[in-house]
Amino acid sequence: MKHVTEFRDPRLVHTALSELHRVVTRPHVIMEVCGGQTHAIVRSGLDQLLPAGIELVHGPGCPVCVTPLATLDQALAIARRPEVIFTSYGDMLRVPGSDGDLFGVRAAGGDVRVVYSPLDAVEIARKNPDREVVFFAIGFETTAPANAMSVLMARRRGLRNYSLLVSQMCVPGAMRAILASPGNRVQAFLAAGHVCAVMGWREYVPIAAEYRVPIVVTGFEPLDLVHGILMAVRQLETGRAEVENAYPRAVSERGNEGAQGVVREVFQTGDHAWRGIGVIPDSGLYLREEWRAYDAATRFDVGHLQTAEPAICIAGEILQGRRRPTDCPAFGDPCTPDRPLGATMVSPEGACHAYHRYGRVREAIP
Amino acid sequence: MSNDPGIPGAAAPACPLPLPHHDRIVLGHGGGGRLTAELIERLFRPRLGNPTLDAGDDAALLELREPLPAGARLALTTDAHIVRPLFFPGGDIGRLAICGTVNDLAMVGARPLGLAAAFVIEEGLDTALLARVADSMRDAAAEAGVAVVAGDTKVAERGNVDGLYIATAAVGVVPPGRDCRAAGARPGDAVIVSGSLGEHGLAVLAARGDLALRTTIVSDVAPLNGLVEALFAAGVDVRALRDPTRGGLAAALNEIAARSGVGLTLDEAAIPVRPEVAAACEMLGFDPLHLPNEGKLVAFVPERQAATALAALRAHPLGAGAVVIGRVEDGPRARVLLRTTIGGTRIVDVPAGELLPRIC
Repeated sequence: MKHVTEFRDPRLVHTALSELHRVVTRPHVIMEVCGGQTHAIVRSGLDQLLPAGIELVHGPGCPVCVTPLATLDQALAIARRPEVIFTSYGDMLRVPGSDGDLFGVRAAGGDVRVVYSPLDAVEIARKNPDREVVFFAIGFETTAPANAMSVLMARRRGLRNYSLLVSQMCVPGAMRAILASPGNRVQAFLAAGHVCAVMGWREYVPIAAEYRVPIVVTGFEPLDLVHGILMAVRQLETGRAEVENAYPRAVSERGNEGAQGVVREVFQTGDHAWRGIGVIPDSGLYLREEWRAYDAATRFDVGHLQTAEPAICIAGEILQGRRRPTDCPAFGDPCTPDRPLGATMVSPEGACHAYHRYGRVREAIP
Repeated sequence: MSNDPGIPGAAAPACPLPLPHHDRIVLGHGGGGRLTAELIERLFRPRLGNPTLDAGDDAALLELREPLPAGARLALTTDAHIVRPLFFPGGDIGRLAICGTVNDLAMVGARPLGLAAAFVIEEGLDTALLARVADSMRDAAAEAGVAVVAGDTKVAERGNVDGLYIATAAVGVVPPGRDCRAAGARPGDAVIVSGSLGEHGLAVLAARGDLALRTTIVSDVAPLNGLVEALFAAGVDVRALRDPTRGGLAAALNEIAARSGVGLTLDEAAIPVRPEVAAACEMLGFDPLHLPNEGKLVAFVPERQAATALAALRAHPLGAGAVVIGRVEDGPRARVLLRTTIGGTRIVDVPAGELLPRIC
């Protein structure tokens, strides 16, 4: 595991941590945008090693968590149809919709299959010309290129039985929404390294300038995270608000322009609902008019479904960094990863799931 | 083989209609008539036969070489084996069925007396494939020193079974004085695993071909009764034993912590995981502690006997990678804590259900 173990080296992590302890003079609130970062922080126990004044709040960057309930209900409705082979990333099977999840649909006879890439779903469509194959195209800028590519491939192969149920979101809009909200506490961001590997970091420059907020592109290993936090804290301590790159081994200023081109060819931006947060302007990707034939929501006429969230769940406030999972009256009882009430308890990248799994229970760890 | 007239009791069918089916299993192979007899005589008995099985009675009679000593106990276990694909790197459903059952006995300290196997076969299964499974069971049973003493065969209509299921049961004897059940761990005990983790789970997932993952990882499926005997022969007072199968080491340790009413602290840096397993887990979002193993055990032993236990395990080919990974603490109860490599602490939780690769 070359290029991974180096970034978990306890000696290097502790050197960076001592530097962090040396630099901090006052409290700071920093949001890690990506759920993968939340998972890594809690998994490694990094949060317990930070200076007391540094508070990490967990951002909305968990694709499973922010996919709107209405989209999940559309997925369930489509997956129940006998002619459909419904394909999805594994994570989504356990996410509860208004009445059940995709596991339940599969147990009741629906053809629901886990795939590792939408290109596998295209292959299933080619092998099953008499069935309708739908891929659940969710995620952020990281999944958009492969999802767009699958549509290009389907057209190239002349497949008419392939479509996407799209819930594709973009991170910068959500960061703006958090910064603009009245209760905002976030003073700096760790931007999601994988998103930036695709998109580059250019698009964060205007956000940093407009809201006077440091943004540090950060990776996912303990050393990456400490390094990102250290750079953000240095900016906060010296009053700077810039975009900095703490993940240069994966991220460049302009990103992967080939991938961006594929996304632009297939998708256009528009307002998008985020589960637990609400509608955020220009934060979603939708199939362009000329690709509408590949839109599963239109093809199966499920666009009208309406839904409501459980009243007790505070996933929305958690996703915006206003409250912590342990603040929720349902955390741990009755809401658990086995019987999640809200999406943040479902995915390992959801803050509630990570807290529950790695023991951030209300009692303290010895 | 279809022209072989030499086996008694397997004469050509009287009715001209059913042709002698030898390439594929047909429903008649489970009907209890001539075809069933032919399947047993030609396929199973040459591979798995022994005097007890060959007696052909409705139940196997196990002769005890000597009377059971006072304080000895009988152990009984049963297991159903479903695995897709039937053959995977390092093993197959037959080897899995023998080893899984022998290991269930071994984990309570029992020496196997005899094993029973029931085959539920899908109509149309390649007979040669079934023969390879039986070959593999013969080899695994020889490794474990156990005989298949009873069996049954049923054939289900095509589509009602995925190829082949094997259900097993076994009885064994626990010698007097052994008590290594899950409730026996005590504060101060050392926690030992016999080798690296996660190989069986990843080997099977990769063999399914839908992981987009090519790997050299081989299942560790093996009978562990020899390894357990080595531990007891070294005089180790084994407090608790478990084989971390489904749910992985995480589930096994949580169960022992809960049943024994103790807390455990593990050292992440000490937990053995092969680099290729660790790399595949990174890519797919799996935790190696959640992946099933079929040839590893976790043993709780008094701390002062840890070195003796390690030496005994390491002297056995299946325990060469044995290491201490943690210890039993006084409190908090029923908790498994892990000291991370960078010095943080987290809980080791059991997996929720089906292992699901994450999105990104």
